[in-house]
Amino acid sequence: MPTSPSEPLAPAAGGLVDLAVVGAGPAGLAAAVTAARLGLRVALLDAGDRPGGQFYRHPAPGLGAARPEALHHGWAAFATREAALRAHESAGRITYLPLHHVWAVVPAGPTGTTGPTGTRPGEAGPATEWILHAVAGHAPEEEAAAVTARAVLIATGAYERQLPFPGWTLPGVVGAGGAQAMLKSGLVLPGRRVLVAGSGPLLLAVAGSLAAAGATVPAVVEAAAYTAYAGQVPALLRNPGKLVEAAGYGGALARHHVRLLTRHAVTEAHGTDRVEAVTVARLDRDWRPLPGTARRIPCDALAVGHGLVPQLELATGLGCETRPSPDGTVALVLDAEQRTSVPGIWSAGETGGIGGAQLAMAEGELAAHSVAGAPPGARLVRRRARLRAFADAMAAAHRPGEGWTGWLRDDAVVCRCEEVPAGRIREAADDLGARDARTVKLLTRAGMGWCQGRMCGPAVAALAGEEPAPDRRPLSCPVPLRHLAELPPATH
Amino acid sequence: MRSPRSLVGGSPAAAHEITFDGRELPALPGQSIAAVLWGAGILAWRTTREGGAPRGAFCGIGSCYDCLVTVNGRPNQRACLVPARPGDSVTTQEGTGRADLAV
Ligand SMILES: Cc1cc2nc3c(=O)[nH]c(=O)nc-3n(C[C@H](O)[C@H](O)[C@H](O)COP(=O)(O)OP(=O)(O)OC[C@H]3O[C@@H](n4cnc5c(N)ncnc54)[C@H](O)[C@@H]3O)c2cc1C
Ligand code: FES
Repeated sequence: MPTSPSEPLAPAAGGLVDLAVVGAGPAGLAAAVTAARLGLRVALLDAGDRPGGQFYRHPAPGLGAARPEALHHGWAAFATREAALRAHESAGRITYLPLHHVWAVVPAGPTGTTGPTGTRPGEAGPATEWILHAVAGHAPEEEAAAVTARAVLIATGAYERQLPFPGWTLPGVVGAGGAQAMLKSGLVLPGRRVLVAGSGPLLLAVAGSLAAAGATVPAVVEAAAYTAYAGQVPALLRNPGKLVEAAGYGGALARHHVRLLTRHAVTEAHGTDRVEAVTVARLDRDWRPLPGTARRIPCDALAVGHGLVPQLELATGLGCETRPSPDGTVALVLDAEQRTSVPGIWSAGETGGIGGAQLAMAEGELAAHSVAGAPPGARLVRRRARLRAFADAMAAAHRPGEGWTGWLRDDAVVCRCEEVPAGRIREAADDLGARDARTVKLLTRAGMGWCQGRMCGPAVAALAGEEPAPDRRPLSCPVPLRHLAELPPATH
Repeated sequence: MRSPRSLVGGSPAAAHEITFDGRELPALPGQSIAAVLWGAGILAWRTTREGGAPRGAFCGIGSCYDCLVTVNGRPNQRACLVPARPGDSVTTQEGTGRADLAV
């Protein structure tokens, strides 16, 4: 019975595929080419128009970049996988579907007859099939599309965590990863004098790229103390490659005269139509701004971010279990072979905890082996364990301290979409008894707008005194009503 | 002088043009609308519904919806995702971008 709004795609591979991979970033791309090499028929869907995800984001072909690798570490790892993707694509083993934003993954047919059964692909038992519903193409010409698969790998990556401060909605204040993304794909900068602030190793990469691309970066303002790594010597020593990478960033920053101010934060951005300066203050161990330490630094842009948040809505929509991770975000519970708690659904990369592109690729390869029922090899297993230990050490070092809300004045906007200030959220928590982000949302509309709490979620949870909760969004992107109307009742 | 383009050795195909509030802006093939606007030094292209505050691109990857803009008369397009096509007419989006509906 056809159960999708449009007929399930019948691409070159023909109808049903063995594995559908959502996300063509380092994790999904590595998984797709490995699975194809192991003999599976694969569909690879991505919301973007080119493979590579956030790390290997690169200029559009029309920009004629002769050296796209100038903006990347480890470009070769991407280039070989992209070449493999194209080869598998021409051989009909991979159907690559760019500009396909998957908004729901549902079991095919009524659950219980052909729903999740606990059997793995290749094992005897009733077939388990999944339908992936997507919005395909650019607005305004987007169309409904669907893919049917025996197994699904969710490799949807992450978005940036933002901790608000007064003035963070001024034009010129942009995400640190966002500035990096715009630079890598569009070859543009948000300003000439760009301060980089927040927390996490991504800031060093961003500052390095901005400076190399011609911006003046007066400082990288990092809320954590890099001495937090001191307790993590074993994980660091087992990852010499990562140390070399860090030293590389350090060298680049020194060459471009970028200062690294640790245990400092931007506590306010100033300007009327755009940012003109920021206030930077020293923090105590809990990230509380220390009185009397504030000073002003002029800039015409601020690139800010406090680490990354796993993007889980497809997985949580399927009921996959989550766990708290060391950086204070929520990640998927995965077994040693990258299986989620829902049989037939695997995941790899940032969805299992923030860990970087190398780890994402290792996990994608592991997952592909698992889906194909092929042993992964001891080296790959060790590599994953080593990189994951490093990622956890780093995550713990940059976990936001509780005192950060000390710089969040009552009049500071927290929810950018619905323009809800911190004072209203505090009122909901202190006077009206809201103890979680959901109740705050109902009382204040914070998190109810276009972005569905992606930007303000961590801040609202902190103000409500709650541990961050997993993504719960009914749809992972705006879906035209006519696509929903065409859905059969069984999939609601 | 260092620039993003010199860093990657970019020699783009011929530039085309889009307009922003009637002003002609050069666009390189493959750039998003947000990239074209940043390239012209424009950081804000909409105002918020409540406070009428200026906003532009923030997350750069399609998750924050701060970069909403009106393209060829269609409001609420994410400028960081929509490619700039030759001759596109981009206009500042005020509030919900539905002023024409008078609701
Ligand atoms: C804005 C940003 C900038 C970054 N810049 C850097 C950097 O410069 N250096 C660095 O070391 N690390 C950077 N990172 C971290 C880096 O992204 C990760 O380490 C790495 O890319 C993780 O790989 P991944 O495959 O897990 O996820 P990603 O690379 O994030 O890939 C996920 C892919 O899934 C797609 N996707 C998501 N949801 C859907 C859906 N519902 N349907 C279809 N497709 C979907 C996305 O389009 C994306 O291509 C950045 C992260 C972000 C968010
Ligand atoms: S800048 Fe965030 S959606 Fe476009």
